[in-house]
Amino acid sequence: MRYQKVPLLFYDFFQGMGEVGLLFSRTIKNIFKKPLEKDIFLQQVEEIGVRSLPVVSMTAAFGGLVFGLQTYIGFHRYVGPGSEAYGGPIISLGLSKELIPLLVGLMVSGRVGSAIAAEIGTMKITEQIDALFSLGADPNKYLVVPRMVAAFLVLPCLTLYGDVIGMIGGFFYNVVVMGVNKVIYIKNTLLYFELWDITTGLIKAAIFGIVIAIIGCWQGLKAEGGAAGVGRATTRAVVIANIMILILNFFLSKALPASLGG
Amino acid sequence: MIQIIDLHKSFGSNKVLQGVSLDVKKGETLVIIGQSGSGKSVLIKHLIGLIKPDKGKIIVDGIDITQLREDELYKARRKFGMIFQSAALFDSMTVAQNVSFGLERYSKMSQKEIRKRVAESLAMVGLRGIENLLPHELSGGMKKRVGLARAISYGPEIILYDEPSTGIDPIRADAINELIIRMKKEINVTSIVITHDMVSSYKVADRIAMLYQGKIIETGTPEAIKKSNNQIVQQFIHGSAEGPIENW
Repeated sequence: MRYQKVPLLFYDFFQGMGEVGLLFSRTIKNIFKKPLEKDIFLQQVEEIGVRSLPVVSMTAAFGGLVFGLQTYIGFHRYVGPGSEAYGGPIISLGLSKELIPLLVGLMVSGRVGSAIAAEIGTMKITEQIDALFSLGADPNKYLVVPRMVAAFLVLPCLTLYGDVIGMIGGFFYNVVVMGVNKVIYIKNTLLYFELWDITTGLIKAAIFGIVIAIIGCWQGLKAEGGAAGVGRATTRAVVIANIMILILNFFLSKALPASLGG
Repeated sequence: MIQIIDLHKSFGSNKVLQGVSLDVKKGETLVIIGQSGSGKSVLIKHLIGLIKPDKGKIIVDGIDITQLREDELYKARRKFGMIFQSAALFDSMTVAQNVSFGLERYSKMSQKEIRKRVAESLAMVGLRGIENLLPHELSGGMKKRVGLARAISYGPEIILYDEPSTGIDPIRADAINELIIRMKKEINVTSIVITHDMVSSYKVADRIAMLYQGKIIETGTPEAIKKSNNQIVQQFIHGSAEGPIENW
C-alpha cells in the first residue's frame, strides 16, 4: 500500500497541474470572445477589490508597523544609535517588493479564493453549471473569465494601496513613535527607493491574482459530493493558492531584476 | 428528429449505459422511465452534450452531436431547453434575470422586447408579477415553473424534463404535467421527460420507453406499456418490491 501511495500523489499532482493549465489557457482564449460579461466583471471588482479594502488596510498597517519596528531595532543594534533614520528605504523596499504583495495575496486568497470555490462549487452541485451549458453559455466564459480578469487587475491596485498604508505605518513607528529624524528618513527613502521596487510588487500581485482566481474556479468546478464536497473544495482552494503564492513569490523575486538602474 | 444509436457510457467500472438505442419523432412527448440510478439523467445529459459517450451516436436533425466541436456544441444546445430536477435557477439572479439569461446573450432583442418575452414566458407557466423575486423566495413548484419559463423563453425546438414532478406535492406535480401538455399543444415542441412517476408518465406521454440495466428494454404507447408482457416493466409500473428487479 505504501508503495502505491507515492505514485498516486505524483499522479494527482501532475493531473492537477494539467487541469489548471488547461483551465488557464481556455480562460485566456475566452477573454476577448463575445459576449463580454461586463456586469459580472464589475461585481467581481467590487467583491475582490472594494470589499477587501478593510482587511488589506489592517494587514498593511500592522505589517508596516512591525517591519518599521524590526528595522529600527536592527539599525539601532548593529549600526548604532542615530542610524535608524537610514531604515526608510529598507522599509519601503521590503514592504513594496515582498511583504505587501505577499500579505495582500494571502489575505485575498483566504477571503476571495474560498468564496469563489464555494460559490462555483455550490453552482456545480445544484446543477447551475449544467444549466449554463444547457442555455448555450460557456461556464468558463461566464464564471472564470470575469473572476480572473478582475483579480488580475484588482490585486495590483490593492497592493499599491497596501504599499502606501504600510509605508505610512513604517514612517509612523520610526518618526512619530521612536522620534527618528524625519528629514533624513524621507530624504533617504526618496534617494534609494525606486519606482521599480513598487512595480515589482505590482507584477507579483497581478500574478497572485491570476493564481487565486484560477485555483478557486478550478476547485469549484471540480466540487462534488454535496455540501461536504464544497467544503473540501473551499479548503483546498485556499491551501493550494497560498502554497503557490509563497513558492511563486520566491521565484518571481529571483527572476525579476533587483533594480532597473543597473 | 433525434436518434440515439448504441450509446455506451461507463464511470470507472460502473457501466451506466450499455447500448441505448432510441428514436424520438418531431413533436412527440417521449417519457423515459426507470429506477433511480438507472442512468436516465446520464442519458438526457448526453443529448445536450453535457456528457460525452464512450461509444455511440446522437443524431439531432441529421447532425451527430457527439462529433461536434465545442463551439458548435454551444450553438447546437440552443435548440434544447432543459428543466432540471432541482430547477437549477441561478440563485444570485432574480426570476426575470434567470428567464432572460439566454435572450440577453444570444438574441438581438431590445431590452423592452426581452422584458415582454420574459413576462409572456412566465405567464405561459402561470406565473405573474414575480419578476423581481429571488429563487430562494419561491416554492419548489414555482422554481420548476420558472425553470420551464427560462427554457421556453428563447423558443427551443426540444425540451428535456429531468424528473419534473420529483420533490413537489401531487397537485403541483399535476400542474407541471398540464404544462408539459400545453407546451406541446401551444408551441409544438418535442419533449423528452425522464421520470419514475407513472401517473405523470401516463398523462403526458405519447410513448414510454423503459431503461433498465443500461438498455431500453421496452418502448410503446402508455396503453401498450400497461399491457406489456415484460415482467420487469410490469413490476416497475406497478411499483412492486416483488419481482425480477432485485437491485433496489
